[in-house]
Amino acid sequence: MRPVTPRTDPAPSRLRYRLQRLMLTPLFRGLLRVGLPFGLCFAIAAGYLSQPERQEAMALALIDLRRQIETRPEFMVDLLAVEGASDPLAGEIREIFPHALPVSSFDLDLDRLRGMIEALPAVRHADLRIKQGGVLEAKVAERQPAALWRRAEGVALVDREGVVLDPAARRTAHPDLPMLAGEGADAAVAEALRLRQAAAPLRARLKGFVRVGERRWDVVLDRGQRILLPERAAVRALERVIALSQAQDMLARDVVAIDMRLADRPTVRMTPHALKEWRRVRKISLEAADG
Amino acid sequence: MIELYESQRAMRNLRRTAIQRGVVAVLDVGTSKIACLVLRFDGSDRLAEGEGIGAMAGQAGFRVIGAATTRSRGVRFGEVEAMAETERAIRTAVQAAQKMAGLRVDHVIACFSGAAPRSYGLTGQVDLEGHVVTEQDIGRVLSACDLPDYGAGREVLHAQPVNFALDHRSGLSDPRGQMGQSLSTDMHMLTVDAAAVQNLAHCVKRCDLELAGLASSAYVSGVAALVEDEQELGAACVDLGGGSAGISIFVKKHMLYADTVRIGGDHVTSDISMGLQVPKAVAERIKTFYGGLVATGMDDRDMIEIGGDTGDWDHDRRKVSRAELIGIMRPRVEEILEEVRTRLDAAGFDHLPSQQIVLTGGGSQIPGLDALAARILGQQVRLGRPMRVHGLPQAATGPGFASAVGMCLQAANPQDEWWDFEIPVERYAARPLKRALKWFKDNW
Repeated sequence: MRPVTPRTDPAPSRLRYRLQRLMLTPLFRGLLRVGLPFGLCFAIAAGYLSQPERQEAMALALIDLRRQIETRPEFMVDLLAVEGASDPLAGEIREIFPHALPVSSFDLDLDRLRGMIEALPAVRHADLRIKQGGVLEAKVAERQPAALWRRAEGVALVDREGVVLDPAARRTAHPDLPMLAGEGADAAVAEALRLRQAAAPLRARLKGFVRVGERRWDVVLDRGQRILLPERAAVRALERVIALSQAQDMLARDVVAIDMRLADRPTVRMTPHALKEWRRVRKISLEAADG
Repeated sequence: MIELYESQRAMRNLRRTAIQRGVVAVLDVGTSKIACLVLRFDGSDRLAEGEGIGAMAGQAGFRVIGAATTRSRGVRFGEVEAMAETERAIRTAVQAAQKMAGLRVDHVIACFSGAAPRSYGLTGQVDLEGHVVTEQDIGRVLSACDLPDYGAGREVLHAQPVNFALDHRSGLSDPRGQMGQSLSTDMHMLTVDAAAVQNLAHCVKRCDLELAGLASSAYVSGVAALVEDEQELGAACVDLGGGSAGISIFVKKHMLYADTVRIGGDHVTSDISMGLQVPKAVAERIKTFYGGLVATGMDDRDMIEIGGDTGDWDHDRRKVSRAELIGIMRPRVEEILEEVRTRLDAAGFDHLPSQQIVLTGGGSQIPGLDALAARILGQQVRLGRPMRVHGLPQAATGPGFASAVGMCLQAANPQDEWWDFEIPVERYAARPLKRALKWFKDNW
């Protein structure tokens, strides 16, 4: 029998025709092949990541991973080794060390630690490095006390550069250190040390050095004697005084002070008694000369 | 005339851009089938200047990368009759060809056989401004041709300069650069019904395609089916199509005349359908399988099952002898050929030095046609197949594809038309601004 269904139209509909032409357009095909998957992936990822709790979880996972890597034994620091410091200073360094050991080497800010250690008054210089085997090595160059400085607060130790280290409990604990006094004495510790070296012949009589007016030194001897030194060339002036004293026993005489502030006119101040005696003797000698 | 010039020029520019872009489709809108070929121009020796005379004359290497054929619908006598149907058929063919090519096609060159083409011979003469013929002079002489009154509602499809004469020397194909006083030309102009062209253009436009050229199918099948010496010496090509038979006469590689006989293979089919009382589809099948034109004694005994599906046993078991079928077909084919003979005589074909006639088109595949045509048209008749084109599938190499192949050749190596030359400056006299602009362009 003849089939009743009408023959289908072989012609494509306008829509299909246009669609096919669109699909044959190179730009469109490229867009479909590259742009569409990319856009889709981007949209899915963006949609997934836009939730705050997911972002948080991801950030946490990331931090956790980082933590895991950082806390591997290869990166841990178990020991703080302090070299070149006396025991009290080493104890002090351990005390200010801000981390509880063991600590990951990623958490250590060596520059900051070095700054902290160098901020200690007794430390002149510090080197920090992490050695193999989890040891944090701190090489410390300690400040050596060079003098004692008497102030209103008490006696303190200072080093060559005038940095105040510790209060000194007793004077006798440091018999070999010179005693300094006066405002601004810490700024000229080195000069005081040079003076002290120059004053070696007077060592037995030397009491200390007094900074006057933050510009010059007085050398204080026993029996209340003073040597007033100039601002400049103080060592030379002191050496002159010592030479004078060795030649004429000047310091052994009844003199209160030797004033070397004017280099071309050294002045000697005598005690009142000595003055009276000197006048008396002079009068006698004058009378003798008259008579 | 100017509008036509402009529109043809616009189409020519479209064609040029399409060829530069590399892909152009060829659409043969016939009465029985619509063929679409997609051409790719690979740019090898493109536009080698120096050959021929035209700005576009140059061999362009191309390759057919998509071919599709579909049964035509809504076309009668080579003219669009039902626009929507035709549009669908074009869509089918274009889509299939695009699919095969894997490319989107935007520009299409179409040809059609109907629309009552009419040939005119035009002559024009101008005195040269200088002593040497320039391209300007050719443009001038072409526009100096006096136009005949070809009637309202008709449009010029082709206007090809076929001959140039300089003073007393005629038969020049390229007079540029030659010395002389006056230049005259012979131009062949083909006009068609404007309505048919517009309908076809509208159908193509509705398929989202841009019409980049139009051609007469009689002309392009002549380009495809005639070999070079036939084109040179003079020959007529008869394209036996479904709804009409196109005639074109070529001499010296130029078409001199084109006409259409509005009888074709479809009429043979309808004769068989009426004579044997069968549907058109069955008649078409019988025609293609058993058809013939010369009956012999053997054909009396060769019985053909007609078949049928009415349910009536006697009606469905009918048989006819092949001789009977030939008896139905032969008078109609004779009529077509007689008509072709009349047209050729009217055109003065028997005055040509060579009387070669080439039969092509789907109708030329009827067995015995050469014998019959020899009796009616003269002894120098041969059956022609289109030239071989790079990449054309085997199924599309038959004589039925002569006009499609001819369009390919035409697209690759176009014949100079009137609008390929610059319109002469005198035409712009009414537009001084444009003329000034042109002067600036020419001088800087």
